[in-house]
Amino acid sequence: MSESIQNAQRAIDDFNAAYGLCLDDDRLEQWPELFVESCLYQIISRENVSNGLPAAVMYCDSRAMLIDRVVALRKANVFPEHFNRHLIGRAVITGFEGDEVSAEASYVVFQTRNDGETRIYNAGKYVDRFDLGGGTIRLNCRSCIYDTLRIATLLATPI
Amino acid sequence: MNAAANLTEARLQPTAIDYAVYHSPATFNAEQENIFRGPTWCYLGLEAELPESGDFRSTHVGNTPVVVVQAADGTIHAWVNRCAHKGAIVCRSLRGNQADGAFVCVYHQWAYDATGALVGVPFRRGLKGVGGYPDDFDPAQHSLERLRVETFSGMVFGTFSSTVAPLEEFLGPVMRKYISRVFQRPVKVLGYARQFMAGNWKLYSENSRDSYHGALLHLFYPTFGIYRQSQESAGELSETGFHNVFTVSKPRGDVDYESFGNEANREMQGAAKLQDERLLHFMPEIDDDIGLHIQSIFPSVVVQQIQNTLATRQIVPYGTDKTELIWTYFGYADDDEETTRHRLRNLNLVGPSGLISMEDGEAVELCQQGTIGAEGKHSFVEMGGDDVRPYYAPMGMDENSVRGFWKGYLGLMGSALAEITAEGRA
Repeated sequence: MSESIQNAQRAIDDFNAAYGLCLDDDRLEQWPELFVESCLYQIISRENVSNGLPAAVMYCDSRAMLIDRVVALRKANVFPEHFNRHLIGRAVITGFEGDEVSAEASYVVFQTRNDGETRIYNAGKYVDRFDLGGGTIRLNCRSCIYDTLRIATLLATPI
Repeated sequence: MNAAANLTEARLQPTAIDYAVYHSPATFNAEQENIFRGPTWCYLGLEAELPESGDFRSTHVGNTPVVVVQAADGTIHAWVNRCAHKGAIVCRSLRGNQADGAFVCVYHQWAYDATGALVGVPFRRGLKGVGGYPDDFDPAQHSLERLRVETFSGMVFGTFSSTVAPLEEFLGPVMRKYISRVFQRPVKVLGYARQFMAGNWKLYSENSRDSYHGALLHLFYPTFGIYRQSQESAGELSETGFHNVFTVSKPRGDVDYESFGNEANREMQGAAKLQDERLLHFMPEIDDDIGLHIQSIFPSVVVQQIQNTLATRQIVPYGTDKTELIWTYFGYADDDEETTRHRLRNLNLVGPSGLISMEDGEAVELCQQGTIGAEGKHSFVEMGGDDVRPYYAPMGMDENSVRGFWKGYLGLMGSALAEITAEGRA
């Protein structure tokens, strides 16, 4: 394995671990900063992806839209009080193109609500394109492709 | 004391519904019989989901598993997904194409055609003269249970009833007019989302008809300073009362939403500003001013246009407190790539993560949780009056359509509920 691939592997795994904790520790305002300005972030069912259908439950094609999501979540939206817990598997690098590295990683999000029970809320994989240019790592694109066809109650907090 | 015991007729009025109806298993079972398998038309899907011969989709009518399929001659059929032999599920996929038109139960390989007719039974004459069915075994007596199927404007409906009026009559002229508005030209499906609510299906049916909660539960618009008192709204009901449509229009002649942003807007305290206004962009594409159209067709589907989102929401009741909402998003078949991308962006507003709709899932669950153990107590549905009117336009501050739902519901359920009550007392 070449040094650049090893470096990218480590950078992406570190990034994903920090990404999960950023959301789970409720530092939502920092979450948009993990993306480039003209990013694409979407949460889309495996059912749709498998059938070539584009509709996502969350579709943000700019960092500004991610910020709007966070503001709405903080100020407007009503949802069950909950904690999320991300477990993110080691990334598999699927492509290299200049500073852009493609990768995929499995994830599970557990959710705990006020009844105290922890349930598997959403399981799927991230299909990502990272920008590793300029000594930083950010997401150009993250598609959360979820297996869990049924969303329990609603989906407010990003995956 | 069981839940039904306290179901009293005095607590079963369109303005006052005994909370037991959300929890009683007997009521749930009676609803399957009297409503979903009764004299109603239930939504099965869109013709656009079955474009080719052999295309099928698994769905439900009430809690009964049903498959809808296009046969070789182009006609659409629906049958209960239950083998006539042992009751096994015959079609195990959510959707697909059965090119040879044969649906074969995996258990003993009984085979059915697209119309549900039994066309093959292995070892019907036994093996080497031993076993098998008698000579008078008639496959025609062992078909899958079929539903009547009718379509309107690209929506496919089915019914178990042999007596219910034809679909168009069941919908009535007002509902037909508005369905045709959304399905003004051929559509293409953009995808699905499934939302599971730990609540009773009627709580969602009330919610989709309730124009009172809109600006109160869903705070996205006011939070971002978007609440337009100048908007015109209207609610219309079918003659029967149990279907309704609610619309919100822009002032006539006003093409750009933002251009009347200064007019009579009520800015909420601490209003935020949207960073990316493309989310709310609206391209009028139907020849009227309606920016929001939410239409509830009793008992199991909602048709919507909100901004440039188009969707059906199918209600599947699995149990007293288990309801699935299947969102089918679509655009028009002639949409270009940019229009589709715009719809995907607009879709952030609706669905299980919808900025102006996600709260409905929470509201349903809160009502389910709050009414546990509250049999004999009742809701209070008198916003805007205690009657059911065919038309109202009071900025949506009215529960007229919710009362309409209960009027229709009680019409179909009345005697069954009385029996449940009587049995509970016995």
